[in-house]
Amino acid sequence: MKIKLAEIAHGRAGDKGNTLLLSVIPFEEKYFSAIENQITAKKVKEFLAHQLKGEVKRFSLPELHAFQFICEESLGTGVTTSIAMDAHGKSLSYALLEMEIEIDSSGKSL
Amino acid sequence: MKKEFVRIGCGAGFSGDRLEPAVILAKEGNLDYLVLECLAERTISLAQKRKKKDPNLGYDPLLERRIESLLPILVQKNIRLISNMGAANPLAGGKKILEIAQKLGIDITVAVVHGDDVFELLSGDESTLESGKPIKDYGNLLSANAYLGIDAILPALQTNATIILTGRVADPSLFLAPLVHEFGWDPQDSNLMGQGTVIGHLMECAGQITGGYFADPVTKPVPDMDKLGHPIAEVGINGTAKITKVDGTGGIITRQTAKEQLLYEVLDPHGYFTPDVVADFSKVSIIESGENEISVSGGAGQKAPETLKVSVGYEAGFLGEGEISYAGAHAKERAMLAGEIIEKRIKSQFDEFRVDYIGMSSLHGLSLSQSSNPYEVRLRVAGKTQDQNKASLVGEEVEALYTNGPAGGGGARKNTTELVGVVSILMDRKKIKPLLTIINSKPGSDEN
Repeated sequence: MKIKLAEIAHGRAGDKGNTLLLSVIPFEEKYFSAIENQITAKKVKEFLAHQLKGEVKRFSLPELHAFQFICEESLGTGVTTSIAMDAHGKSLSYALLEMEIEIDSSGKSL
Repeated sequence: MKKEFVRIGCGAGFSGDRLEPAVILAKEGNLDYLVLECLAERTISLAQKRKKKDPNLGYDPLLERRIESLLPILVQKNIRLISNMGAANPLAGGKKILEIAQKLGIDITVAVVHGDDVFELLSGDESTLESGKPIKDYGNLLSANAYLGIDAILPALQTNATIILTGRVADPSLFLAPLVHEFGWDPQDSNLMGQGTVIGHLMECAGQITGGYFADPVTKPVPDMDKLGHPIAEVGINGTAKITKVDGTGGIITRQTAKEQLLYEVLDPHGYFTPDVVADFSKVSIIESGENEISVSGGAGQKAPETLKVSVGYEAGFLGEGEISYAGAHAKERAMLAGEIIEKRIKSQFDEFRVDYIGMSSLHGLSLSQSSNPYEVRLRVAGKTQDQNKASLVGEEVEALYTNGPAGGGGARKNTTELVGVVSILMDRKKIKPLLTIINSKPGSDEN
């Protein structure tokens, strides 16, 4: 079945200059591999193309069962000088969770 | 004798944080140390501007309110306070604390940690981490503050000071320093420094590990958010930390809240740079050891870097903003007509300009809300320029939509903000000399 990432994972956005950081943390460890297979750096960059202007890199953290996306040139001109509503990009954690993911009934990747 | 456990509370995670949780921590947290972390990247540049206007200012604007409430409890409970509320002017902040102490009839010693202000050392040719361009290209520079580490704070802890007031120091160092001081940890022991930095990083945003900035009533419900408690780390001599909060306060502490905070603002989970260590967060173990209690271990690290990060503030022009709302039939169409009108009238005069539709596309762009047709839409227009009067034009033009724009606009607001930009450079740490000044409320106090 195809569901929104928000149903199986949570996350928080952070900022460093013009780099946006997005964590994705599955609610249950069984979803880790589905996310690892499907929510790749390339897919994230495509999904949020209007916001993410630079390189997107993903860290898989199997011990923590979490992922961290490092998105360069993604906050306009940077937090302190951006004229965007949400200059820090803090609300973007929930934009990423809008992505769709295919899983079977056991939580595995299809 | 060295303590077996050290209890550190974090009562503030940013300059505007709530006061009540800090008071509860001091009263009921059975603390050895209370940390108040109040200094973001830009906060210190804004503080430098206040100091330029008045040399007695430039410390945290809430310092007085916080110290007045907390000082009697700190003294009564024998808790030491460590805070970066000194901001751009730690010495003036220290003097203000003594004034408050005198008013309250309390004798205390304040250790002021400074030397982070390296503005005089700048040549202008230093290249920024953000663009590689020299800082002089960014225009009029306002401030330069180096992130000091535990080596700057430790001498202050060796005095009898009740309050250790700093300017710019790395946030985790505010927590790592008392651990090194109490346990006699070797600063060359990178794994201990890494674990202590993990603890500091989990604690530094206060409520962000107890359910603040975490709560989602559908997937992540958090009880009693109105009474959100701030965290306490009870750290053992081997570095393992239990993170808890005061019983009866709101919020939760779980693996989920801790993981969100562990990765918050982390550029590389395998290599988190501070002045004290390059910490590895990737193999941290977080175990739920009780209700609202986690046990944290497994932080590691590599030796401290040879350079320190320096935040450089510069004048970045002015931001003008204006907003107006539309609701009911054709709200979206009328808001978009208003946006088009404003763009045609003034956009060409600005360096940067944007039109947002709040309720539709102001946060995540149009692609994620294409099918939505909200009952109400708020137009928001923003423009950046070097000229303050021109910046004000944005709000004026939006307000003028009342009589010169689409039907039914309401609730216009306007705002003009001076922008302070911040970029980072690296500086050889040998050039930066941390300073310590001890002041106390008795006459003839020492200064060194």
